[in-house]
Amino acid sequence: MKRDRSKLVLGAVAYDAKVVTIWDGFLRWFEERSLPFDYVLYTNYERQVEGLFLGEHHVSWNSPLAWLQAERLAASERRVARAIAMRDTDQDLRSAILVRKDSAVNTIADLRDKRIGVGAWDSPQATILPMLHLAENGLDPERDAKIVHHDVLVGKHGDHIGGERDAVKALLAGTIDAACVLDANVLGFTRDGTVASGALRTLAVTEPFDHCNFTIVDGDDAPAGSIAKFTELLFSQDYSDPAVRPLMDLEGLKAWKPGRVERYAPLARAIDRFRTIEPWLKARTETTA
Amino acid sequence: MVELGALGLEQGGHILLLRALREAGEGGRVCVSGTHPDLPLQLSVFAREGAHQIESPAPDERKEGAVCALVAGSSLNARQRGAVRAGSARADHRTLHSYADARWGLAARGALVEAGAPSWDFSLNDRDLVWADEAKKLYAQALASQWDPEEAIPWNAPIDHPPFVEDAIVQVMTYLVENENAALLVPARFLGRIHPHFREVVQLLAIQIADEARHVEVFTRRALLRRDALGLSTVGGQRSLQTLFEESDFVLSTLLLSVLGEGSFVDLLWFLHEHAPDPVTGAIAQLTARDESRHVAAGMAHVHAALEARPEDRSRAQRAIEQRHLALQHTSGLNAEVFDALVLLAAGGLSPAAIARGFDAVQRLQSRMREGRQRRLERLGFTADDASILAGLHTRNFM
Repeated sequence: MKRDRSKLVLGAVAYDAKVVTIWDGFLRWFEERSLPFDYVLYTNYERQVEGLFLGEHHVSWNSPLAWLQAERLAASERRVARAIAMRDTDQDLRSAILVRKDSAVNTIADLRDKRIGVGAWDSPQATILPMLHLAENGLDPERDAKIVHHDVLVGKHGDHIGGERDAVKALLAGTIDAACVLDANVLGFTRDGTVASGALRTLAVTEPFDHCNFTIVDGDDAPAGSIAKFTELLFSQDYSDPAVRPLMDLEGLKAWKPGRVERYAPLARAIDRFRTIEPWLKARTETTA
Repeated sequence: MVELGALGLEQGGHILLLRALREAGEGGRVCVSGTHPDLPLQLSVFAREGAHQIESPAPDERKEGAVCALVAGSSLNARQRGAVRAGSARADHRTLHSYADARWGLAARGALVEAGAPSWDFSLNDRDLVWADEAKKLYAQALASQWDPEEAIPWNAPIDHPPFVEDAIVQVMTYLVENENAALLVPARFLGRIHPHFREVVQLLAIQIADEARHVEVFTRRALLRRDALGLSTVGGQRSLQTLFEESDFVLSTLLLSVLGEGSFVDLLWFLHEHAPDPVTGAIAQLTARDESRHVAAGMAHVHAALEARPEDRSRAQRAIEQRHLALQHTSGLNAEVFDALVLLAAGGLSPAAIARGFDAVQRLQSRMREGRQRRLERLGFTADDASILAGLHTRNFM
């Protein structure tokens, strides 16, 4: 089948039904502004990264882990991946390690031999980065503690917050001694009633990190000028504009920012330390070779 | 300075921050102090999600206890920008917009509606076809006149009339339930089409529908008080009600149902009250007649206002009555069982003299109904001649 090369094609992971609403909305919005656009959905980020390199789409809406997967796969092929844009809310996130209010755990060292609840094993915010924080502060989580995974929708890289919610519920139920969640969910789980105010205490907070970005890889066959037009249109989106505000609300941002990659450094250190993507990358590079 | 004390943002502290930021305006700086252990983390989430800048406090601000300063972002009042008022909160015919905007949707009248709200397909959005100034007053009266069937009707009062009278009651109640089902469902179908901007009209219809629901209940309960089965429902009666059901024009439907149909029903219910063989039937007839009188008043107000606004619609109204008559001319009209039951109730006995008396009473009822219809049509501006003809064309089924 001959591929349609007249449109810029975006790849996104269907972590929730709203993803269709979001990208259908963006599709209309881009087309009304003379950017021929389409999108494809993937069930998991690994398949999406592979799809980018197979030329199935031109721009990936990537999780931080998928960004590093793309960056490293590109390097193995002597290509270069670039992060071209991200949400304002993708910048400077932190994760927190929570304990019960009356817990005897007051320091990271106190977590030795304790049960630490994390999210899905591939969640940067609920698993990988908090584990790095523990490791870099003297507690090897895999050796010195019992890690309890809450694997909701593996392959979605923690986009679905179900794993974090399950971890917090387990902490409240007393089946684990600590739970790792994104900073926004520390607030969110109290507001939605999952946690009573004051029932949990923040034991530690990770260093800031960045979340999703739009990723491209050099050598793609995107229609000429379409990537530049794509970012130009994104950066023009104004939250005051009622035509685009509902889409921005669904995506959870007030403004698009140019992509930056420095704040993926903690996650890069973590995946090196825990060899998180090593088997996947090895399989890909062997296939390519 | 917003002093949060021990209050966290998960406990509502964000309300105080937003108030201060709104007061400061876009670009305005607000210092925050507080002792909640997670405050720095919470403030960074708050700033990120609201697109506010977060800054370190200046030395003098720190001295006063500030843990950080927030600079209000541009999205703070984004939802208010370009928003429109859904008309004016207090409204009568003079100040109401002639059309309710589809984008006002379900918003309260007078609310500030965010731009980009979805468009709602309320087909009855024209003030002249919907509105009557009296709606507010009639709604208040209806609210004040609600009654509880359990309390208001002496269900345990003695019933000692002969079986043929009870049979007549059961047949009449069967007929009333059928007609009240129409009186409930016809306005209910319009209710969902009326733009809620015309709030008082919606409220009035809603309470009328509740009235009818109660009527269906009490008529059914009376029918089953001494019997296990209800009476006959006829093709002619249902055909007549179906023509009411099929009228898709709100004003014409109100004319046919409320002005002509329910108007005739008021006379029928007072007739039942007068000839009620037992206190239960008497109380039911009296209470439902009062409710129906309000429905007639509401219908009159609606049609009057609509014909005032569009006098040219008077000929359409006339045609609607004529067409309904034509559609029904080959049907039997009033259920013969019902007619006979009314005669028996008025007769109170089976002697030829009593029957003659009953028959005469029902004929007088029919005249009263017709005169009432004529009077109401004249009040709506029809000439006496037209009103007389049109009053006579009304369905023999009464409703």
